[in-house]
Amino acid sequence: MTTAVEINCETGIVTERPLTADEIAANEAAAAQAAAAQHEAEAEAAAVAEAKESAQAKLAALGLTADEIAALSK
Amino acid sequence: MPNTYTLISSNVLSSSAASVTFSAIPSTYTDLVVRFSVRGDRADRRDLLMVGLNSSSINISCTYLYSTYSSGVGQSGRDTAATSAGFGYFDAASATSNTFASGEIYLPNYAGSTTKPIGSILMSEDNSTTADGWAQASFANSTAAITSINLSRLFGSNFVSGSSFYLYGISKS
Repeated sequence: MTTAVEINCETGIVTERPLTADEIAANEAAAAQAAAAQHEAEAEAAAVAEAKESAQAKLAALGLTADEIAALSK
Repeated sequence: MPNTYTLISSNVLSSSAASVTFSAIPSTYTDLVVRFSVRGDRADRRDLLMVGLNSSSINISCTYLYSTYSSGVGQSGRDTAATSAGFGYFDAASATSNTFASGEIYLPNYAGSTTKPIGSILMSEDNSTTADGWAQASFANSTAAITSINLSRLFGSNFVSGSSFYLYGISKS
């Protein structure tokens, strides 16, 4: 059983109660949403890295040195 | 300059719990500080700490910086206003056994009638692989006094037994 703990600062009384079905559902929805957002951010970062690598390869094929390619992104 | 720390209330979990709430917080101090040491049960090396104020009736917006030990890479970001806001990563089930993350949340002028900034830090601990350090500037968009603070985790089910939570009041001299 998953519980929520509440400490009443006025009385000092500590209450433990099981999470309600609504609280559990809200937790699950928030976690799923955060996981999806994280996945999306990772996919976007991977796409940017891939495009950068591809651009660098094309510049190298045109005859630019590694130092010259690096200087372009400074 | 506030110079007194008074322990208002504390709790060390004797069994796992999904959330911990300090309620009925007295308005008699100048500032509040929450200090905590937590570990979660998520099947991962870390989970995300979530914070809500006044029964999640207050919108909190955040800007954060964090670094991960294994990569040494620093990252930053911001979250749009939400009634339950992320406050950083903490140790979870696959972090080194018995390690806990330590953190602090500082709430100045918590009982005032203006909107309120919030400062926080959270450092995880993992002695073998990876750990995170997290610093955050947050903003509670409410003129209501803060009367309750809820700490929970986003992905896993619980904070594990031994996690501890302390609420201090600070009075100006």
